[in-house]
Amino acid sequence: MQLDDLYRQVIMDHYKNPRNKGKFEEGAITVDLNNPTCGDKISLQLKVNNGVVEDARYTGDGCSISMSSASMMTAAVKGKTLEQAKDMIARFSELMLGKDVRFDDYEDIEALSGVNKFPARIKCATLSWNALRKVIDEEQFNKL
Amino acid sequence: MIRDIREQFPILQQEINGHPLVYLDSAATSQKPRVVIDALQHYYEWDNSNVHRGVHTLGSRATDAYEGAREKVARFINAKSTQEIIFTRGTTTSLNLVAASYARAICREGDEIVITPMEHHSNLIPWQQVAKATGATLKYITLQPDGSVDLAEVEKTVTAQTKIVSIAHVSNVMGVVNPVKQIAEIAHRHGAIMVVDGAQSTPHMKVNVQDLDSDFYAFSSHKMCGPTGIGVLYGKKALLEAMDPVEFGGEMIDEVGLYDSTWKELPWKFEGGTPIIAGAVGLGAAIDFLSEIGLDHIERHEKEIAAYAMNRLSELEGVTLYGPLKREVGLITFNLGEVHPHDVATVLDASGIAVRAGHHCCQPLMRWLKVNSTVRASFYLYNTEDDIDRLVSALIQTKEYFGHAT
Repeated sequence: MQLDDLYRQVIMDHYKNPRNKGKFEEGAITVDLNNPTCGDKISLQLKVNNGVVEDARYTGDGCSISMSSASMMTAAVKGKTLEQAKDMIARFSELMLGKDVRFDDYEDIEALSGVNKFPARIKCATLSWNALRKVIDEEQFNKL
Repeated sequence: MIRDIREQFPILQQEINGHPLVYLDSAATSQKPRVVIDALQHYYEWDNSNVHRGVHTLGSRATDAYEGAREKVARFINAKSTQEIIFTRGTTTSLNLVAASYARAICREGDEIVITPMEHHSNLIPWQQVAKATGATLKYITLQPDGSVDLAEVEKTVTAQTKIVSIAHVSNVMGVVNPVKQIAEIAHRHGAIMVVDGAQSTPHMKVNVQDLDSDFYAFSSHKMCGPTGIGVLYGKKALLEAMDPVEFGGEMIDEVGLYDSTWKELPWKFEGGTPIIAGAVGLGAAIDFLSEIGLDHIERHEKEIAAYAMNRLSELEGVTLYGPLKREVGLITFNLGEVHPHDVATVLDASGIAVRAGHHCCQPLMRWLKVNSTVRASFYLYNTEDDIDRLVSALIQTKEYFGHAT
């Protein structure tokens, strides 16, 4: 069990210097999610225009893995279409399963591959991605 | 002696992530000694049968073992009679049974149910639900700044309208021992009944339900060296007799007609279906095990370990301790600077140390403490000062690790 596999420099950097932290005043879809087992919380906001994520922000309270994952996810999803975002969610799930997945669109995410060796922490890493999935579902449902 | 005790727990003889296991999560569930594991195996290998129905030899053995366990429980907590010992799935089910059967039948609009903000969700949500269903008011006793319960506050909160007071004997977060005997006296003076959540007390101290004068007392087997899936609801006979069962069928039946039926007498009235027979056997073995060591010895040992741990942890820079400084039981909740409890637990686990990180099923208490979650180290009869030393040095490493990483 190598702690450095989990707590990579990139992860700690996102934890200490979060990207996209904050709240939009208006014009965003918001989803609040929590991890009931540990109390970690995230509130994710996306501004979507013509099926493209124009901007993303989050607030939350949680461990280094859940918060850095949120920081990376919001950075990665900006400028992506909803379909591209869905593809990222699928790739992230594979990453958590220990598969060799590339994130050429935002390489930092690959640093989370070590979480796979710490099964108890996978829920932390996927919290913000589950929130993203809910935002997309809501956005697409509203368009129906 | 402690070495002899440790040797009886097979699970403690292993390495986790290359280090000897230090198990500091007994408040979540305790480890099981060899005698309990053997009792479960013996039951299934030799005696397995349903209870109270077979006229064959195995049926008698299983029935004797099951009812024998009930007698052990009755003696263990000094109940007046085995009729007052209901086997349930655990503390949560026991408290829910009181809420569903007793409380829902007696509570009306204007009545009050009194609890504290330190209650485990199991002793909070059932009362929330009763309040919603009956129109009764849920009232909270204000905690002291250190997290303890002051009797003056209890006097202020309990009134003539109070029907039920329900409080944890020992907090699963702060290790506070609540004065439940005195609180029961206040409750009774106002005509209310006293319910005690004994999940964190029964494994660690001598419990005497008659002396405490509690009307209901709930606890679980798995926190006191017994198997999971079985627990106890003690209730005063007169109260239990007046209550209706909440589960129907199987073992609780007396006579069934097409449109009406009758129930067995206590305690079987509340034990629908095939009961948790092996669980009861395992709980009986756990009671024998704990009684042989002596609850007074266990209590003293834990107090010593906790005092040692409090001293060592308070010397550690950056550690915030929650709850009263003086520990009556072996349970310590803390945070380590800015490092999130989840991250602390992962680094400790890498050193073979098992602690709990989270809200401990006490979200209202977390809000009261103004934190999202904490780290909890909880001790039992098999923990040593060496375990605490290992914890402290791993915490120092955690601080260094996250210090470097930032």
